[in-house]
Amino acid sequence: MFGTNLLANFEEVVAVILFGIGFSTLLLHRNLIKKIIGLNIMDTAVYLFLASMGYIEGRLSPILQNGATGQEAYINPIPSGLVLTGIVVSVSVTAMMLALTIRLYQRYHTLNLDEIYMFAQREK
Amino acid sequence: MDFIRNFPFFSIMLAMLSAIITSVLPKKAARILNGCAISVCILLNAAVLWLTLVTGESFTYTMGHFPAPWGNELRAGALEALMATVFSGVLLLSVAGGAGHIDLDIEESRVNLYYVMIDLIEGAMLAMLYTNDIFTGYVFIEIMTIASCGILMIRQIGRTTLAAVRYMIMSLLGSGLFLIGVVLLYDMTGHLLMEYMHESIAALARSGQYTLPLTIAVGLITMGLCIKCGLFPFHFWMPDTYGYSTPASSAILSGLVSKLYILMLIKVYYRVVGAEFIAASKILNVLFVFGLCAIIVGSVSAIRENDIRRMTAFSSAAQIGYIFVGIGLGTTAGMAASMFHIITHAVTKPLLFISASGLSDVSGGSKKFRDLQESGLRNRAAGLGFSVGSLSMVGLPVFAGFVSKILFASASVLNPHKMLPTLIVLAVSTVLNAVYFLRTVIRIYRPAEKRDGEPVYTERLAVRDQRAFVLCLTVFAAMNLLLGLWSTPVTAILTAGLNMFS
Amino acid sequence: MKAGKKMKISIDRLRAWSERDTDRDYPFIPAEKSPEKEKREAPDPNRYKNAFEIRAFQKVYNVFSVVFCLTLIAVLLITISYLPRFGEAGNPANNEVEQRYIEAGLEETGAVNIVAGMILDYRAFDTFGESCVLFTAVTCVFILLKKKPTDAERENDRLYEPKNDAILQTAAAVVVPFGILFGIYVILNGHLSAGGGFSGGAVLGACLVLYLLAFGFEKTERFFTERTFRFITVIPLTFYCLAKSYSFFTGANHLESHIPLGTPGAILSSGLILPLNICVGMVVACTMYAFYCMFRKGSF
Repeated sequence: MFGTNLLANFEEVVAVILFGIGFSTLLLHRNLIKKIIGLNIMDTAVYLFLASMGYIEGRLSPILQNGATGQEAYINPIPSGLVLTGIVVSVSVTAMMLALTIRLYQRYHTLNLDEIYMFAQREK
Repeated sequence: MDFIRNFPFFSIMLAMLSAIITSVLPKKAARILNGCAISVCILLNAAVLWLTLVTGESFTYTMGHFPAPWGNELRAGALEALMATVFSGVLLLSVAGGAGHIDLDIEESRVNLYYVMIDLIEGAMLAMLYTNDIFTGYVFIEIMTIASCGILMIRQIGRTTLAAVRYMIMSLLGSGLFLIGVVLLYDMTGHLLMEYMHESIAALARSGQYTLPLTIAVGLITMGLCIKCGLFPFHFWMPDTYGYSTPASSAILSGLVSKLYILMLIKVYYRVVGAEFIAASKILNVLFVFGLCAIIVGSVSAIRENDIRRMTAFSSAAQIGYIFVGIGLGTTAGMAASMFHIITHAVTKPLLFISASGLSDVSGGSKKFRDLQESGLRNRAAGLGFSVGSLSMVGLPVFAGFVSKILFASASVLNPHKMLPTLIVLAVSTVLNAVYFLRTVIRIYRPAEKRDGEPVYTERLAVRDQRAFVLCLTVFAAMNLLLGLWSTPVTAILTAGLNMFS
Repeated sequence: MKAGKKMKISIDRLRAWSERDTDRDYPFIPAEKSPEKEKREAPDPNRYKNAFEIRAFQKVYNVFSVVFCLTLIAVLLITISYLPRFGEAGNPANNEVEQRYIEAGLEETGAVNIVAGMILDYRAFDTFGESCVLFTAVTCVFILLKKKPTDAERENDRLYEPKNDAILQTAAAVVVPFGILFGIYVILNGHLSAGGGFSGGAVLGACLVLYLLAFGFEKTERFFTERTFRFITVIPLTFYCLAKSYSFFTGANHLESHIPLGTPGAILSSGLILPLNICVGMVVACTMYAFYCMFRKGSF
């Protein structure tokens, strides 16, 4: 069932397990702050995945140095750029989720999503 | 002629620029700028549609000085241009029709921010339709998600804030899965531009390499986008999201935003992964089954509701099911039926949501059927609008819904394995639709019973801008009739667009 | 029966909440401490039935989620075991796209930092979208949290935090100037070394927040009001939009772009990348600071 590269890709394995941890935190916890933490763990896992994808053994980071200009001197710059975009997106989303949480807490004095839901249903 | 090729790019940048500038404008100027920007976008996209139809082929547009595998690219064909034009029009009309409620539901100092969000949705929508780069697609999906959450929670009552949290969590799960899928595809192909990805995936499929990871990556992308557009079993956030926000937002969220994720999914299927791989991977069969379930479950849930807005929201879940059934048929005819249904739904759901708000206004703001009795007579325009929308959704001849049902039925005949379930579900769902929509229509015209202690509402909520409201309903109803009576040009454009698409 | 107990507590809190005075704006106190919990009336007849349903749903939901997550992990692990091997140069991702970015990047974009050249020139449309994501998020946070401060808050802007803490103020006085200098350095050198608008802007934003924490709003509002915020986000974003539009337009229509690339390695080089980095840096710094102010007070 498993292919041959499971152990060679240990960084990706770690990233995937982290992704699963984030995903289950998001699904299982009822506390909004913990859900947001789960979301962030998930995003971080994707960045680890991306970063490990761009890495090439024994090469430098993609900033031209020591006069080397060939492809064989540097790692792949594309995943780094994608990680940068991803980080900005996740910062924005986290800020937005936290703001929503503040609003809900101001209104219902709890962070438990089930309780908030029960309160909200009683509202006209 | 050649200058028109710039128009997709112009319209995206125009929408984004007006969003940025609107954030410092006062309310009135914001409304005017927003209306102008979207109108100009409609014209620009109509010109693009004309160009693609005249030349008969799609074109690509390099974003910057670097050619395709290195720089970003836009790509416009008849399908994208048609969708962009129709969607921009629906966006403009929804905002105009809901303008009275926007003033009522949203705090004075925040109204201009609502128009910022609308501009951002317009820009993200155009970028998602035209982009030829899957990662750009991801970035604009995120803008779309945050902005649609913005127009949802800008009406600050407890239920919308809660609905926004749930919508956000579901959407972010969806984006996470989509991103992982994209990253997996990138790892195997080394490209982000759709054409180049397609080429290397075709090469991989021929050599038999990476078949399993490719299938899983496509599955993850599918799941992510299905969560975001609310296909059964992920539809449970819909009633809260569409049921409590300001009517213009409900109209935009159900009529446009969820459709864009479906269009993105189709783009991934036919422009990135390729029709052969999709056909071989059996993923369409899964979508077909879930589409059928969505139709039934959505309709049954709608029947059980006693709130007009929530009922309409559940009906959206059923309509998403129709679209996926069409995609799941796996034929060009099925795809054309789905595309037609996307347009039908985009002109019908906003009509229903906005006229439902007009009915509530003359019933003391209540959305319960009990209080809505006779409201169709108290607000004739809204009553007529709701009736037209309902009849179209049920699939009565003359209206757009009828044509899309015919298209689905005739498309299913071409696929012997899926014909029977499609036809049965179409028949059952027509009956179910008739039950809940016609019941509502009868309800709003039935004389109100005078009971002790229960007030009969006669006074109107002070909603400004009745003229815009009536005009918007008229245009939506006219579009429904036009699509129902003269559907051939639209289907011809859709078929041409689908041929250019892959 | 831990879950049952928990549910009962929730229902009691629900009762307390539903009996409260709805119009009053509550201060930040947890609901358990509110005196209304003491008032008890006849229990709702639907209460236990509902609770049972919810509890059953919860159990099913938990089991389903765990199974779903484990399946997802297993599926992804299987996928990974078939992916290209980690850290090898021959992987499909290291192809001609990457080759041109590295080998021709300096010549075509003028940036020594290849990632900066890639995100601000080759794939600039993505990055424009990315700045717009930040703009969208900060607008949403404004929608949610912006409010006029109450009289008590205007009198005393640090209701919940220590005021004039000597350690914090001394540390901030030392750290903030260097931090701001460092942030500016990171932004200005974005095309030459590691860094750029996003990272430098985050450093600047953090310094502003630290300054605010130590010295309070009456110091910061002398130079940073909502007006400043509007100016510092709208003008750079507009510039970004127009500048990139110019470059996209000339590129797509094969026109000459009149933006000099300069000598590689100099500060004033690499065409639009430096101004765009400055714009992005300003936007990011203001956005971070605005997030903090909105979360804390609802105004600047």
